[in-house]
Amino acid sequence: MQNISNHYSNRELIIATIADLLDGIRHVAVGASSPMPAAGAMLLRARNELAGKPRVRISILGSEEHNFFTNGGVELFDCTAQGRVDAFFLGGGQIDGQANINLVGTGPYPQSEVRWPGCFGSAFMYYLVPRVILFREEHSPRVFVPKVDYVSAPGVSEGIVRPGGPHALLTGMALFDFDKEKKRFALRSVHHGYTAADVRAATGFDYDEPAVVPETKAPSAENLALLRGRVTEELSESYPAFADMLRGERKEAA
Amino acid sequence: MGEIVSLAELAAEVKPGCKLAVPADYCGVAMSATAAIVANRPTGLHVVCVPVTGMQGDMLIGEGLVGTLETSAVTLGEAGGAPRFQDAVKKGAFKLMDATCPAVHSGLIAAQKGVPFLPIRGIIGSDLLKTRSDWKTIQNPFAEDEDPIIVVPAIQPDVTIFHAPEADRFGNVRIGRRRELLTMAQAAKATIVTVERISEESLLKTEDSAAGVLPALYVTKIAVAPRGAWPLGLWGEYGVDTAEVARYAAMARSAEGFAAYMDGFARRLREAA
Repeated sequence: MQNISNHYSNRELIIATIADLLDGIRHVAVGASSPMPAAGAMLLRARNELAGKPRVRISILGSEEHNFFTNGGVELFDCTAQGRVDAFFLGGGQIDGQANINLVGTGPYPQSEVRWPGCFGSAFMYYLVPRVILFREEHSPRVFVPKVDYVSAPGVSEGIVRPGGPHALLTGMALFDFDKEKKRFALRSVHHGYTAADVRAATGFDYDEPAVVPETKAPSAENLALLRGRVTEELSESYPAFADMLRGERKEAA
Repeated sequence: MGEIVSLAELAAEVKPGCKLAVPADYCGVAMSATAAIVANRPTGLHVVCVPVTGMQGDMLIGEGLVGTLETSAVTLGEAGGAPRFQDAVKKGAFKLMDATCPAVHSGLIAAQKGVPFLPIRGIIGSDLLKTRSDWKTIQNPFAEDEDPIIVVPAIQPDVTIFHAPEADRFGNVRIGRRRELLTMAQAAKATIVTVERISEESLLKTEDSAAGVLPALYVTKIAVAPRGAWPLGLWGEYGVDTAEVARYAAMARSAEGFAAYMDGFARRLREAA
């Protein structure tokens, strides 16, 4: 979707929002198949550099070029357990109102009706990374369910060591905060082109909502310039198909 | 130790019912050897994926050779879900031991150290615990307050198998910074490795070259398999053949398509070499 008045796409809005959500971190890890989170992290890195703020370190898992780990696949988890990873992204085939995530499948376990790849590192990372951003572009009742069919990792825990957990939920339609005490999401803002009613209709779980729901902050001209220039170039090294798609969207819009 | 043999001899190490450790796609997957293993039809394999698998695991499942699958995920990456895995899960065709990545690493590290278990944070409250009855919750013996923590048992594979760029004629294997390969080899009873090439010069000759090497002490057999990870990539050598993985993903959606793909797989592997 293209915002004609400000000339930014929904995707660009999401990427700029991710950069805002990551503000203040030192080290973020992103998956090899997560171009949007990587783009948001790269935008923050570029922004900080211009502003003379501390450098943001980005680990792209599975990448040969953007991966400084030298101790194999276990290093991300060790690094996380040591408190050296400040932010991480998790998604899920299902996410419920208590921020439980399901990466395993629908229906009974183990003979799932629809089977997804599996938990990956979620049953560890979700507990230990202070700022976990739940990110799922598809915003629909089949994703945002009242109760997940399988808990790959719970949103909240009691009586255990858990320095990490959900910080926000970002979708193609809206941005939510998560209240760990209330174990509930609260709608923070709705992306341009959508209404609070659209979000309510597309969400299968209940959540808090302010009387007046603001629109998600539009990316500044400076952010858009960085994203369309330097960040797209950087992205094309690890996510060539995604970088081409961003360029294509712009051409279409022009 | 580190004996250099034919691909067929190497594949014969994988016997029915054995616990077989395989690496993730980014680590060097022995795909040529997988074709050779499939030809031998060892059934009832307990495949330990470190910590996930892709095409290799999906192929072994599709061939009906897997009795137990211990993994944190099965995916073909950009090509999508693993079709034979999804189908087999629906049918309950094997025992499924869903895991989470660091728990698999921890199990292998315990075996590497010769200790029965390793503690790990997280996991408590996950549905993984409902079926992973081999993972226990204990009280941290060093804490004064209540501090429950998970312990996972040691994972000792019968055989670890992977593909690497290079071995020397003394049986040392270059693993670079893929250090989980060292853990997998040290944890296992036997380790078999396919390589792109054999070097005449010892990889232990200089401090620099020795730093990323798995010593022959932990290597049982080595076979030369040029482009032996194809259609997957090999770090520092060649990238993944995405068109071929996509072709597999499409064909393997049906049992018939999968059988047709596998018919040509061994032959195409030789051609790709």
